[in-house]
Amino acid sequence: MGGFFGALHQYAFLQNALIAGLLASLACGVVGSYVVVKRIGFLAGGIAHSVLGGVGAALFLGWSPMLGALAAALAAALLIGWVSLQWREHEDTLISAVWAVGMAAGIIFLSRTPGYNVDLMSYLFGDILMVRRHDLWVMLGGDLLLVVLVTLLYRQFLAVAFDEELARLRGTPVTLLYLLLLSLVAVTVVLLIRVVGLILVIALLTLPAAIAGQYVHTLGRMMGLSVVIGMLLTTTGLALSYGPDLPAGATIILVSGTAYLLSTALSSTALRALGRWRNRAQSAARKE
Amino acid sequence: MHTPPAIEVEDLSFSYGGPPVLEGVSLAVPAGEFLGVVGPNAGGKSTLIKLILGLLTPDSGRIRLLGQSPREGRRRAGYVPQYPPFARDFPITVEQTVLMGRLGQGPMLGGWRRADREAARRAMDRTQIADLNKRRLHTLSGGQLQRVLLARALACDPEVLLLDEPTANIDMRLETDIFDLLKVLNRRMTILVVSHDVGFVSRYVERVACVNRTLMCHSTASIDGAVIQRLYGTAVHMVEHRHG
Repeated sequence: MGGFFGALHQYAFLQNALIAGLLASLACGVVGSYVVVKRIGFLAGGIAHSVLGGVGAALFLGWSPMLGALAAALAAALLIGWVSLQWREHEDTLISAVWAVGMAAGIIFLSRTPGYNVDLMSYLFGDILMVRRHDLWVMLGGDLLLVVLVTLLYRQFLAVAFDEELARLRGTPVTLLYLLLLSLVAVTVVLLIRVVGLILVIALLTLPAAIAGQYVHTLGRMMGLSVVIGMLLTTTGLALSYGPDLPAGATIILVSGTAYLLSTALSSTALRALGRWRNRAQSAARKE
Repeated sequence: MHTPPAIEVEDLSFSYGGPPVLEGVSLAVPAGEFLGVVGPNAGGKSTLIKLILGLLTPDSGRIRLLGQSPREGRRRAGYVPQYPPFARDFPITVEQTVLMGRLGQGPMLGGWRRADREAARRAMDRTQIADLNKRRLHTLSGGQLQRVLLARALACDPEVLLLDEPTANIDMRLETDIFDLLKVLNRRMTILVVSHDVGFVSRYVERVACVNRTLMCHSTASIDGAVIQRLYGTAVHMVEHRHG
């Protein structure tokens, strides 16, 4: 791993990859917290996989694939969000349909586009080592937009995530805000696809927030901690993948998944031990 | 100056897509009244509250809440649902939950203002949960959570308070506490309580509305065995509750 830090000084592509990981972690920490508490991981997965349809169509038509990705992600988010607000029972099936149809459409489009192979792989598995300066500015812009919106609308998003019925009663435009939240998920998904690819996006979106949620118990703190955890995981994954030349995105996910399992095991034993220690301290204090 | 009734329901009918749940219901609740709404399960009591609050749209009939449509009037109302519609393990504290009752009061963007925090604090003091303000919801008992929901409903200083079975999951002693508190709150707001316990509720309220698809209203003194039988459809052993 020492080789990684040496190489980091030398190679711009590694520096860009590192920064991309950090910027992606900001988005996935903030938005991922909502995804975890509102239990919309499957919905996020549906959005992620529908992106291939947009990418395929864009490449076929000669447009920018990232714009196609964004358009598809937003369309999927709005469609699923709208249906789930009106007919909650059909949400699951609709997500499966969007997931599969998006992928299938993408594959068909790409099959009709000459020279598609390399691009397909990079969208499925990520291409963090191919990230350029320009892409970083776009990611930074996305992050800033996210942070500004979430800060300004913090109370409303919390209400929509926590208790939609109350939000409605208090006059909050629930439909609009829920669709906006899902749009933020869509934007984050597109940002994360560069890092780990659309197949693994759900993992990067949810694991840091899930780990954070085991230690802190308000949404604000969960967001902060999951950003930090995400940054640690992406950096570690990137560093570990450098030496043996492993796919960076997959290594990041392996590190994240392992961290989550370890954290779950540790936090339950640690919390129980902490509880026992606290009880002992309290009963000792009472005896005095 | 004549104050409009707090709640006005005219010839209301509603169904969830099958047989009618409410039919031809008319009710006028004067400002400042403490009304009990009783009736058997699935008789339409909870549905009536949701219609008054605009959470459901009637098939026919007219509803006025504080002289406005339900969607406009409900901002000046407080609602305590029977079952909390949120996940108990959501990462949120008691204080943050109560503060949500202040949504829609001030500007839409940014954080809570000092007025919001003070109003939340007052509501928590009134329901005696001020010491629980930093606790997470899943660490609370049923009775404590009920008080949190009540504080949340009170946070916006409502003119009308609607409660759906506020004591369904609480033991007798706490039931008395909540109703005593409601009696005090009644001095400054109209209160409508849905409850399954006719006898207990009638000790506190001035009037009882009996809902079982249709509505019959009675002053509490005139509730007797015959009324109960008509309402619940069977002869019911009734425990005598004293007035005064």
